[in-house]
Amino acid sequence: MILAKVLGNIVATQKNARYENARVMLCEQISPEGEPSGNTVLALDSVDAGAGDTVLIVQEGWSASTTATGKAGAAIDSAIVGVVDRIDLL
Amino acid sequence: MQLARVIGTVVATVKNESLEGRKLLVIQSLNKDLAPQGKPLVAIDAAGAGVGELVFWCRGKEASFPFKREDTPTDCTIVGIVDSDEHVSTQ
Repeated sequence: MILAKVLGNIVATQKNARYENARVMLCEQISPEGEPSGNTVLALDSVDAGAGDTVLIVQEGWSASTTATGKAGAAIDSAIVGVVDRIDLL
Repeated sequence: MQLARVIGTVVATVKNESLEGRKLLVIQSLNKDLAPQGKPLVAIDAAGAGVGELVFWCRGKEASFPFKREDTPTDCTIVGIVDSDEHVSTQ
């Protein structure tokens, strides 16, 4: 899983049927210290995350489509599976 | 998934038979400011996209799932068209 910050969302009327009713969130990968990496990724939301939240994104297809849509086998490669409260580093 | 701009089309007469009839498009991935991120890629279209449109695409094995999934050799598929540049909201 990767750590990311939610920047916002996108609106797409015309999309694959398995994306219906899903929220597609624009996220930027961050380091454990919270530094933005400049690398942006889209992920489906399964936990009601919002802009500004630090989140966990799973980038494995079976897990992503199952958590985000309730069913495996969709063309979904990333899903937000948790909102991070805090990170403690040594 | 990543945001991308469709920047061209690809014509390939000789190809795997499961790619028959599929539209091949050249896409350039974009970052949050809609500036280029990484190198251009060739994607199969599953959303009806065209040149110039802002789209999002799926990578990996999952990219073949909109099609006959066991047979379609792809790791990059366009799965949605963003309504407009203004429909990418960042706060």
